[in-house]
Amino acid sequence: MNLITISGPPSSGKTSVIVKTIDALKRRNLKVGVVKFDCLYTDDDVLYKKLNIPVKKGLSGSLCPDHYFVSNIEEVTQWGVKIDLDVLITESAGLCNRCSPYIKDIKAICVIDNLSGINTPKKIGPMLKAADIVVITKGDIVSQAEREVFASRVRQVNPKAITMNINGLTGQGAFELSTLILDDKQITTVKGKELRFSMPSALCSYCLGERRIGEDFQLGNVRKMNLGDK
Amino acid sequence: MNKIDFINLNINQVIEEYPFMADYFSENENLFKDFSKSPSSIIDELTEEELEDLAIDKELTLNNYYEYFNQMLDFLGIEDDRVESLTIIKGYDKSGIRETHDLTINVGEVIAIVGPTGSGKSRLLADIEWIADEDTPTKRKILINNKEADKKWRFSSGNKIVAQLSQNMNFVMDLTVKEFLELHANSRLVEDVDNVVKKIIEEANLLAGETFDLETPITSLSGGQSRALMIADTAILSKSPIVLIDEIENAGIDRKKALDLLVKEEKIVLMATHDPILALMADKRIVIKNGGISKIIFTNNEEKQMLKKLEEVDKFLMKERQLIRLGQSIKLESLHID
Repeated sequence: MNLITISGPPSSGKTSVIVKTIDALKRRNLKVGVVKFDCLYTDDDVLYKKLNIPVKKGLSGSLCPDHYFVSNIEEVTQWGVKIDLDVLITESAGLCNRCSPYIKDIKAICVIDNLSGINTPKKIGPMLKAADIVVITKGDIVSQAEREVFASRVRQVNPKAITMNINGLTGQGAFELSTLILDDKQITTVKGKELRFSMPSALCSYCLGERRIGEDFQLGNVRKMNLGDK
Repeated sequence: MNKIDFINLNINQVIEEYPFMADYFSENENLFKDFSKSPSSIIDELTEEELEDLAIDKELTLNNYYEYFNQMLDFLGIEDDRVESLTIIKGYDKSGIRETHDLTINVGEVIAIVGPTGSGKSRLLADIEWIADEDTPTKRKILINNKEADKKWRFSSGNKIVAQLSQNMNFVMDLTVKEFLELHANSRLVEDVDNVVKKIIEEANLLAGETFDLETPITSLSGGQSRALMIADTAILSKSPIVLIDEIENAGIDRKKALDLLVKEEKIVLMATHDPILALMADKRIVIKNGGISKIIFTNNEEKQMLKKLEEVDKFLMKERQLIRLGQSIKLESLHID
């Protein structure tokens, strides 16, 4: 089985890109499944089901979504193996810009959209910088100039990645993506593999449900802003 | 220059020798603050905690830095990549029936693509953009200058072979026309920014019904002005040799001049349109049916005569529009069309 991790900021068009790409993969008689990771809510699983794509969803709820992702990725992989998928795509939203669910030797795709502003590429951390392929969406509604400027900004933070434009509505570019994501390397487990980048850490009283504000209630990994007074 | 030497040059030196790298450092300013040091030493001096905080991987960052430098050098070196012609070698339509025509399009030619929505216009445009090599659903093959094309066009993010102008495009950045054009020119590593910016605004104003200046915020341009600016900018600043246009709306823009400008800048122009004036301005039109090119129509003399008439009608409409804009009344006797 091929495992592909796709992530990107909320509403950047991940699901549309995945749906159109799966269309192209299906035409090659490949069986593709999706696992959607989100935080509080998603109904994308309904959409995938409607398209007859095997899907599982995981909501991280009160946990950091990426920590939740990595704690479940092996089980998810086993699900894909069990139902005989050729390709398993995981979809997760990078919610804090420091996130990165990418795994070494597993294809990593970041989806980012032209409307998010030209400073967005530098605001996004490893999720963009460590991706193998960067998909830029919503190009049909901005000018050619803005597309070029945006792509050059992406190149400045991740020159190694293949950068491509995909129109999530018409699917233009999705076929092309489908030819780039498959690997000869088949996997049956991700046990023992490593993340490409450490995840943002926190272990403080608020992680454990504390609600009260003030220094008396802050324990563990707490850091203060430098406001320049001291 | 080899990687070790390059990453150990201090930033001031790098910018002095390679001015195009200045933009890179300002884009990564959270990391590269002290320009008297080299990127390599800046990164080496970071503690584990700082690396975590900045979300930086030492090796990846330096590799990317060197990679970017090399890509930009390549980008600047591309002069011998002129595209003179584009050839579409026949593939198959949606029912698996072989297309009947190969087609070669030369620089300076304007080609219209016609066919109902869903007929396969987007696929044809995508085939060109991807430099299809019998590896897309249509199995078409695209040649550049009559030769197998270099696959680098597929992945080069700075030098896409195709620039696209689609109908519902907008400017979304919050900048003035001048700032916007400078930003674009800088991303294209243009040397003489001021002159290029001046040229674009002049051309754009020749296309637009209402003129605008460099201090106008791009988001407050009218539809016609926006299109005029986009076309002038694409013609002059974009390096892409092929321009795909998805319908140019009539309102507020001189479409003939727009096409002339693109042709003058040595572009190959393909436009998806059902507008008779635009379609007849083209030298040929490709008819798409059921996913395939079903025929190619050459614009004949009769059609060219018809084009003249249509242009008169169009001019008349433009004149009436201008009168309305200026707050005047419309007179029935002004209608004279033979």
